[in-house]
Amino acid sequence: MSAPLKTASPGDSAPIGPAVSRGPVEPRDERGEGVVLNVFSHGFLVLWALMIVLPLLWLILSSFRTDAQIGGSAFGWPQNWSLDVFSRAWDKGIGAYFLNTVIVLVFSVPLTMLFGSMAAYVLARYQFWGNRLLYFFFVAGAMFPVFLALVPLFFMVKRLDMLNSYQGLILVYVAYSLPFTVFFMHAFFRTLPTAVFEAAILDGASHTRTFFQVMLPMAKPGLISVGIFNTLGQWNQYILPTVLMQPQSGDDPERYVLTQGLVQLQQQQGYASDLPVLFAGVTIAMIPMLVVYLSFQRQVQAGLTSATLK
Amino acid sequence: MRKGQYRFVAGFLIVPVALYLIFVIWPYLQTFGYSLTDWKGQSQTFSFVGLDNYTALFQDDIFLQAIWHNILFLVFIPVITILLALFFAFMLNAGGRSRAGGVSGVAGSGFYKIVYFFPQVLSLAILAVLFGAVYRSDSGGMLNGLLMKLGLVDESGPVEWLNEPSVVLWALIAVVVWHGVGFYLVLFSAAMQAIPRDIYEAALIDGAGRAHTFFRITLPLLWDSVQTAWVYLGIAAMDMFILVSTMTAGEYGGGPDHHSEVMATVMMRNFLLYGKSGYACAMGVVMLLLTLIVSVVMLRATRRERIEF
Repeated sequence: MSAPLKTASPGDSAPIGPAVSRGPVEPRDERGEGVVLNVFSHGFLVLWALMIVLPLLWLILSSFRTDAQIGGSAFGWPQNWSLDVFSRAWDKGIGAYFLNTVIVLVFSVPLTMLFGSMAAYVLARYQFWGNRLLYFFFVAGAMFPVFLALVPLFFMVKRLDMLNSYQGLILVYVAYSLPFTVFFMHAFFRTLPTAVFEAAILDGASHTRTFFQVMLPMAKPGLISVGIFNTLGQWNQYILPTVLMQPQSGDDPERYVLTQGLVQLQQQQGYASDLPVLFAGVTIAMIPMLVVYLSFQRQVQAGLTSATLK
Repeated sequence: MRKGQYRFVAGFLIVPVALYLIFVIWPYLQTFGYSLTDWKGQSQTFSFVGLDNYTALFQDDIFLQAIWHNILFLVFIPVITILLALFFAFMLNAGGRSRAGGVSGVAGSGFYKIVYFFPQVLSLAILAVLFGAVYRSDSGGMLNGLLMKLGLVDESGPVEWLNEPSVVLWALIAVVVWHGVGFYLVLFSAAMQAIPRDIYEAALIDGAGRAHTFFRITLPLLWDSVQTAWVYLGIAAMDMFILVSTMTAGEYGGGPDHHSEVMATVMMRNFLLYGKSGYACAMGVVMLLLTLIVSVVMLRATRRERIEF
């Protein structure tokens, strides 16, 4: 701890340097306390890190064990070192669920970003009647629990004949991501300098062209943060697909997204007793998240935490 | 403003506003209306029943029990998560003290932040499967296996984490805390790094110990972030749908015998399983009101003088 400084008693006018050499004896027990505290708190940090890593590692390793091994003991060392279980999990539906999620997100994330920034830009940069009202109207949506809307939303999507369809889920994802996207991008567009905008208009660019070729590229850092936030949020969404993506009739194919599929697989494997497949499925679902997280670690943390800084 | 500009503004707004109206605002408003009807959802015919759904709701023992569980979550999840996150954030940012007397984080704090935050990018569905396996009620479960190895639990009587009425809520709270600590740690870290170092150094020169530094300097200056965290965790505690519905027993969860029921699971069961749409809408309205009350109360209760620095 701060032993060297503390040896200088208050009112001691001697420079700090000599003070250190003068009193090497006195603060000993405080230093001892510091060491104990350090070991204690460092121990806690290590413990929590282990509590995060070990269950995940254990799950991944468990996909290489046999079903009998998993049921018998929690810590048998895996013996079945083949990637066969992953292809089995892929065929059991994880592949299809994965693909469904990707199909939805390929459209929903860019559309969210496009419509969200368009609305945010106009609201942030143009004066017109009802501007403030519209802004609050968008932001207010973020405050309500999604459960409030679920029942009528289901029937709305049904009336549009879009239950269990990609386009239905895409549109709903876009709509429910708008409040946060508009809120965040609105704040971002406000910080951009006006001079560049005026220069573009003076050079004869249309408003639309100014937006797409000048303002949007300038907003790239904000777009990346919100983009990551929306991608993770939509990838992990569970309640909306649970309500909207159920097969509507016998010949309606299953179009589950990954989160739904995993839960489905868990329920099936509980009876079929093929747990390695379930664990392999979870591993497959985890890997893209792990890769994205480790490669964009800083942006992911910034993107997710900025969501709370309202 | 020129005419072209109006056309531009309208053109940019029309699609987002239309989507938002159709899929978000209109359903929100409709919920209030439907909650006053006996709508079953199958047909378009329903009749106005006034506040009958609401009176039924407050005689529905399962729903009342669910509200109680949400309140328990509301108390314990924010407290435990915030305390742990604050402790870790303080250790990582100001806990280490180099011999020169400066203030810095403990060694490897970057590494810890990466590890701690990772659960946040996993979906709750993954968490449900993972902890379903961890909490297995035989020697194949990670927790039971570990406790048996340590000799704390008898081989013949493993703990039924998710089937024991007195344990199941704590098992669920543990999952949420496990998931959230890293996120709030990063949030608090960012706020701590914004605190000027000279304040810490001044405290150090004045002889403040670690505990003193934390309670007299760090915490008051972090209060804004703590408040935000409190509201967010409170809102999460009002939800809990995914974990309860997938980890606990019963159709849409809530088992054993409704001992882990939350409002969201009761609502979804009434809507998707029993088809009681009007009744489910009334539950949605109650959830909204409770969430709003919670946010307001929490903002009020945690309000402090704002400290500028």
